[in-house]
Amino acid sequence: MLGLDKKDTSLLIIVAILTLLAPFILNPFPAGSAMAQFNAGYPDLMQRFVIFGIFAIGFNILFGLTGYLSFGHAAFLGVGSYSAVWMFKLLSYNVIPAIALSVVVAALFALLIGYVSLRRSGIYFSILTLAFAQMSFALAYSVLSNPKFNLTNGETGLQVYADDPQIFHRDSLPDMPHLFGLSMRSTYKLDIGAWSFDFNVGYYLCAVIMMVMFYLAIRIFRSPFGMMLRAVKSNQQRMNYTGLNPRPYTLAAFVISGMYAGLAGGLMAAMDPLAGAERMQWTASGEVVLMTILGGAGTLIGPVLGAGFIKYFENIFSKINDTILHQWFSFLPDGIEDFMVFIVHPFIGKGWHLTLGILFMLVVIFLPGGLVEGGQRLGNWLRNRGKRSGEAKTKHEPAE
Amino acid sequence: MDAIILQILNGLDKGSAYALIALGLTLIFGTLGVVNFAHGALFMIGAFCAVTVQRLLNLSFQTVDETQKDFLGNPLKVDTPYVEAWFGPEIGAAIIDWSVPLALVFAIPIMLAVGYAMERGLIKHFYKRPHADQILVTFGLAIVLQEIIKYFFGANPIQTPEPSALKGSLDIGLMLGFDPNAIIYPIWRLVYFTFSVVIIGGVFAFLQFTTFGMVVRAGMADRETVGLLGINIDKRFTIMFGIAAGVAGLAGVMYGPLNPPNYHMGMDFLVLSFVVVVVGGMGSLPGAVAAGFLLGVLESFASTTWATTTIPGINQIIIYLVAIIILLTRPRGLMGRKGVMED
Repeated sequence: MLGLDKKDTSLLIIVAILTLLAPFILNPFPAGSAMAQFNAGYPDLMQRFVIFGIFAIGFNILFGLTGYLSFGHAAFLGVGSYSAVWMFKLLSYNVIPAIALSVVVAALFALLIGYVSLRRSGIYFSILTLAFAQMSFALAYSVLSNPKFNLTNGETGLQVYADDPQIFHRDSLPDMPHLFGLSMRSTYKLDIGAWSFDFNVGYYLCAVIMMVMFYLAIRIFRSPFGMMLRAVKSNQQRMNYTGLNPRPYTLAAFVISGMYAGLAGGLMAAMDPLAGAERMQWTASGEVVLMTILGGAGTLIGPVLGAGFIKYFENIFSKINDTILHQWFSFLPDGIEDFMVFIVHPFIGKGWHLTLGILFMLVVIFLPGGLVEGGQRLGNWLRNRGKRSGEAKTKHEPAE
Repeated sequence: MDAIILQILNGLDKGSAYALIALGLTLIFGTLGVVNFAHGALFMIGAFCAVTVQRLLNLSFQTVDETQKDFLGNPLKVDTPYVEAWFGPEIGAAIIDWSVPLALVFAIPIMLAVGYAMERGLIKHFYKRPHADQILVTFGLAIVLQEIIKYFFGANPIQTPEPSALKGSLDIGLMLGFDPNAIIYPIWRLVYFTFSVVIIGGVFAFLQFTTFGMVVRAGMADRETVGLLGINIDKRFTIMFGIAAGVAGLAGVMYGPLNPPNYHMGMDFLVLSFVVVVVGGMGSLPGAVAAGFLLGVLESFASTTWATTTIPGINQIIIYLVAIIILLTRPRGLMGRKGVMED
């Protein structure tokens, strides 16, 4: 279907079903119950899942295929957000031109930065992209927000004001980002028994775009172009000797992944018409690296999983507090209960980043393939165990 | 003229910090071939060594002083630090006052131990892995260290004042024959600069004039051959990692009075220090030091009113701009050697 083989089609269908049914899947607990705080099916968070999913898919096209580790991808995200908000300010709140411009501007930016950075590889490339991103951050934060020429509105962040031109804005249209009149914030609430599910327009727009982007990523992975990118990763020298110039391929990959990031930034602004410089800071770039590695770099589904995983646990872990911990461990004797709470306390609430850092280190050390590799190993192990118990049990298998 | 000297001086303290961190980064990179993203965290840990020492010295017990009354007429409770009780009030107060320099003594073994543990416990397993993996795992480690410090010390900057004898500023202009008040320079910055020069000189002397240093340099040039000669080069490299951690830590201890330490100060310095290393030339120790001071001074010149009115915000981006230009025109950096990291 759609030029994909059977395996990829089923993968795409699974992703489509999961994203479309996300409001159900992420809300397994009845509203108002004690477990309701672990529900993730509210629009704001679901939007973040898919937007960061797009961001990570794009990052993976560069890092997963070519092995070039960019530490400055957040710059494109930020640029995308800024251009989208400018579209809102100048034209109207319609999201289509905003998203289109954010992709185009991010592509131009990526072309410029990529052209310069890709002259070097390895660690130099990482540091160059990092330097560019930090420079963009500094530009957005202070340089481009002076009274004479205010492009980014500095610390406050760029937003739409009442006296902006908005030349295509009509009174009949909602005063927030919309798709031809359909507001991004409008939500249909469905109550079934004790459960309540939110169906949000913004989420579904992002979800549909993410599926299209996911499909494109599959096509890129399976195309001759994708093979070339893998060749860049495995042995650039050999590629040179066969008479191929890797530069155009890596640059194309860089621009494509920059466009993905710009799209994510544009969508972010479309969900909440505000763009701030902190989106471009290098910690934000680090976050998408974390997502991709955690999920599994170089795999199709890994980055999406990683993005979902990090955003979900960021949200959940930061909500847990000592009271909840005491409830959980209340089956233990008092002294041990306090001790357990004391042990777990640094890792929850504001300590979520500590958990994330440790998890990330463990993944890099023991599971370089991320969650996807973990799943595969687990599957293999189960299969082998099943096989072995079926066959003769005396057979020795070599370690590894 | 005096304005130029003032800007050069202003750049020296930041430049010293850049140079010290970049020196450590280059030491690690040159010996072990590892890109250490956690080096900024080591700088930060050093700064928090000073905070810890200051807190330890200020540990005190309460006594009720019957001779003094507070405004309600109750006897006043007086906090006496233990050091004052043990060594007498004057010496005790002096010890507390000099807590930052004293922290150096405390920080050296700690930083060496942290560096040693880091290399043996984590980095050792990453020599054969790609550079990207090394970057990622040390990046993760940096996050973890940073969050641990945040857990114990909170997110706010903590003041670590310099000794009162070294507070205030010096009128350097007067000594050089300019008008009074033309070049006013805080004493502690001068101390920091001198300190960093001493440390840098010490590291270079250690590498240049001791047998140990000679072996390490030989190992940097050709690790395999040195290993074949029956020398345990890995052990020496581990010690070098400890020393690099120590340099970063000491830089952090002394930096506290200039800028109150907070848990993410390491990350802020790290990005710039990487840029410094790249500008200086990957693997070149003199290059790292020179680039550190050079970029520090450049940054200070870019912060003058004249520069910021000509090009607004130039001080924020000058270092990155210079780095990009240098990488494009001289890809090996200012003093980079051939064959280092040229994959």
